[in-house]
Amino acid sequence: MKSKRPSIPYLGWMLVFTIVPLLMVLYYAFTDKAGNFTLKNFVNVSDYSHIFLYSLYVALISTVICLVLAYPLSFFISRCTQRKQSVIIMFLMVPMWMNFLLRVYAWVLILQTNGPLDTLLQIFGIHTTLINNTGAVIVGMVYEFLPFMILPIQSVMSKIDNSLIEAAQDLGCNGLYVFRKVVFPLSVPGIISGVTMVFVPTASTFLVAQYLGGDQLMIGDDIERVFQFNHNTGSAIALVLMVVILGFLVFMNRFGDKEAVGR
Amino acid sequence: MKKPGQKIYLIIIMAFLYAPILYLIAYSFNNGKTSVWKGFTWKWYEALFRDAQIMGSLKNTLTIALLAAIIATILGTLAAIGIYNFKGGVRSAIQNISNIPIINPEIVTGVSLMLLFTFAGTMLGFEMGFWTVLLAHIGFCTPYVILNVTPRIRQMDSSLYEAALDLGCSPVKAFFKVVIHELMPGILSGFLISFTYSLDDFVITYFTRGARFQTLPVQIYTMTHQRINPKANALSAIMFVTILTLLIISNIVTSRKDKEAAR
Amino acid sequence: MKKSVVSLKDINFKYSNEVILNNINLDIYDREFITLLGPSGCGKTTTLRIIAGFESPQEGDVFFEGEKVNDLPPHKRNVNTVFQKYALFPHLNVFDNVAFGLKLKKMPKNEIEDRVKRMLAIVDLKGYEKRSVKSLSGGQQQRVAIARALVCDPKVVLLDEPLGALDLKLRKDMQIELKQLQLKTQKTFVYVTHDQEEALTMSDRVVVMNNGVIAQIGTPEDIYNEPANAFVADFIGEANILNGVMLEDEKVRILGVELDCVDKGFEHNAPVDVVIRPEDIEVVDPSQAKLVGVVEDIVFKGVHFEISVRCENCQWLIHSTVAPHLGDRIGMRVDPFNIHIMPKMFLLPNNEVYTDVYYSDKENNTTTIRIEGNEITIPDTYYEEGTSLKIILPPDALSIAGDGVGDIDEMYIESVIWKGEHNEIILESDERKWIMQSDTDEQVATYVPVSFDFSRAEISEVTDNEE
Repeated sequence: MKSKRPSIPYLGWMLVFTIVPLLMVLYYAFTDKAGNFTLKNFVNVSDYSHIFLYSLYVALISTVICLVLAYPLSFFISRCTQRKQSVIIMFLMVPMWMNFLLRVYAWVLILQTNGPLDTLLQIFGIHTTLINNTGAVIVGMVYEFLPFMILPIQSVMSKIDNSLIEAAQDLGCNGLYVFRKVVFPLSVPGIISGVTMVFVPTASTFLVAQYLGGDQLMIGDDIERVFQFNHNTGSAIALVLMVVILGFLVFMNRFGDKEAVGR
Repeated sequence: MKKPGQKIYLIIIMAFLYAPILYLIAYSFNNGKTSVWKGFTWKWYEALFRDAQIMGSLKNTLTIALLAAIIATILGTLAAIGIYNFKGGVRSAIQNISNIPIINPEIVTGVSLMLLFTFAGTMLGFEMGFWTVLLAHIGFCTPYVILNVTPRIRQMDSSLYEAALDLGCSPVKAFFKVVIHELMPGILSGFLISFTYSLDDFVITYFTRGARFQTLPVQIYTMTHQRINPKANALSAIMFVTILTLLIISNIVTSRKDKEAAR
Repeated sequence: MKKSVVSLKDINFKYSNEVILNNINLDIYDREFITLLGPSGCGKTTTLRIIAGFESPQEGDVFFEGEKVNDLPPHKRNVNTVFQKYALFPHLNVFDNVAFGLKLKKMPKNEIEDRVKRMLAIVDLKGYEKRSVKSLSGGQQQRVAIARALVCDPKVVLLDEPLGALDLKLRKDMQIELKQLQLKTQKTFVYVTHDQEEALTMSDRVVVMNNGVIAQIGTPEDIYNEPANAFVADFIGEANILNGVMLEDEKVRILGVELDCVDKGFEHNAPVDVVIRPEDIEVVDPSQAKLVGVVEDIVFKGVHFEISVRCENCQWLIHSTVAPHLGDRIGMRVDPFNIHIMPKMFLLPNNEVYTDVYYSDKENNTTTIRIEGNEITIPDTYYEEGTSLKIILPPDALSIAGDGVGDIDEMYIESVIWKGEHNEIILESDERKWIMQSDTDEQVATYVPVSFDFSRAEISEVTDNEE
């Protein structure tokens, strides 16, 4: 129990299956087909910069929508009894456990031209394409990741004792103040958790755009596509994505610490 | 729930989450392929069960999930114990590297493993398939096991292990007779999370499966990519019922356990 | 010579660069009840763990019945431990907990059952075999822990503050029970506690430890009547400890008064510590005693009165069945036999620092020196860089830095002894010990920042032929 030796198998594993593959990505990103060092791949990456920005944009909007929808709901749930909370959470988890692609597929069926939603809107005289556009992709993302935003925020909020809110009210805070001064600051760790758990997969998602976005693909799709004919450029794009995500995580971490200390 | 507004909001969100799935299930009984209702039928379910490919994928998925979960649990539990004995800075560094598969975008992990397996495949003369998928799955499951077991190690009274030694157990025996019982909740939850994540994994499996190996998520991709396939609807229905049943059972079991503990 | 059942020779133990045990030598004899006593942090639990095999000393040897066992792992040593928090296995019931060690020895089932049942009866838990350990009270859990250790029939039983979590009445009952158990089972008990009353009640011998060092080993009476130094005198029972001067054999001077005593062997006019127990002071008429004082406080304690007296600006404590009145002038008479002389713990009356000037500022009239890597600036003093200085810091020149920032960041408080007028505090820094005088009560075994008041210091230059 005091020995470090039991971890040796896993440390070896980590080396081979986590570190080495990433080193390979690094290697391919900085070399050309012949194996010579080059930065040309990153020049190619700049061709994809508009898709990068588009992906981050979609991820940002999806994350914000999830946050706006989830936050009040998390609060309401956290004020329920323990029993009620676990039942509600259970029902939230069922869709989460359904297969990712099937859930996206469901939206393909719903949003398809002459599908149920389209037919319904046509009755009201609204003629518009519901699918194969950015809007559809965002709907799909929000649908997919909303529970991932609800659960961490609810978890943190359920730890906020009711007596804190009552104390604030007792001292003269109206609803808005209670929220600003007590509930919100205490919920920040949950928000950071939720935002991280939604933004990262959303930005790097693979296939959702192919199902719902029509021609407008996202960076995840492009990585796969490029990899089919050029490992080097593909690796470079993947590397840039990883660095961006890492930067985001570091930023979220710093932000969280500041909130915890500054207030 | 105190105000009716809160209740309504919860119902709306739940409806949003469940409606697409229920739509899928409803149309799994449709005697046609479009959104036009053509009569009730079981034929898609029959087709599903007769589809040897789908059944094969299901078998593969379950096999991989079970093996990956078991191996990841053993590897991860040992790793958690060993890593816990490293000192501060080194321990942090190892934990951070161990968490890379969790925080890295799946597409980057998938692509990096693909590079590794392609390279190793040409060097050592093998093709991607069952074994590479299994290795990849163990790779992303083990960090979750470590995250679940480590808090248990921290909480455990270390004098229990010493008491076992004191009474004559060799270190290995002490682990199996005493320590494992204390860690069991973490080991079990690590196992379940591993099993679930492996069951549902698409992206990483997609990149490490080679040309022929199919798991269920990958199969679903083939089924739904760019075509409407009512067998997917039937599959969704079955999954939904299974998940709902499992979650309800687990909810009842945990609430019974809590009631007993409270007594 | 009695044969020792456990022997520790020259044990040195460090943990992350801190010295925990400093040259410990101890012989433990068969069938004795020996207690390691001291404040928290003194090293008593570490010593126990070294005997059990859970810690390995960097230097020194551990012997079991003459054989060196340094490298023997705990599960192979013939000792069993009763842990502070009992460490009962929660997933096993009472019977399985107690039988645990026996099952490992591959004893036949009926013999195990027999032994366990007998042991449970001895600890007064007959019939509790099937109970879960979580359902037991603290006292019951503790008895299961004892049964579990004893049933394995070890030569030596180690007990790590086993009564700490029990309430007072239960603790007192258990003390008697444990002593009787030891006598009945005829085993060697090595007991660790910080409670001196407990140690005196139960032990055949007591090992008083402080700051990683053994201060004294002896029977409870020896330790009480003839403590080796002020720390032991203060730690055990109540005491009046004062600074004194040993004029000659059997004659000591305290508070300007010469008293007869019975100790000898000290140098003439040597400074010493003097201890007089409160119950050994007789309240008499002022004309019949050499020491006279004024009664400041009287508390009735049932068995005796606790009387606080001020004599020559020193506070004394007297236990007496005779109660004077508040404000009375009384004489304090002590039998020479009850005045006990001890060598001083800190050999010099002041702290002496020898150092070179590290840096000096003529304009601001300051001199900076370095002590153990800390740069300390002396105001209103100027010596050239490189000058060798001798700095004498009397005890009242040291103080604990109130704002948390001191000249030296961390010193370990080794002992706090009330010497009648002030507290005499001995501190340990990285490389040396210090003596400090204080009027506030400080906590032993804690780390504090210390500041120097150089206006009370005597600074002089050292010329080469002085060194």
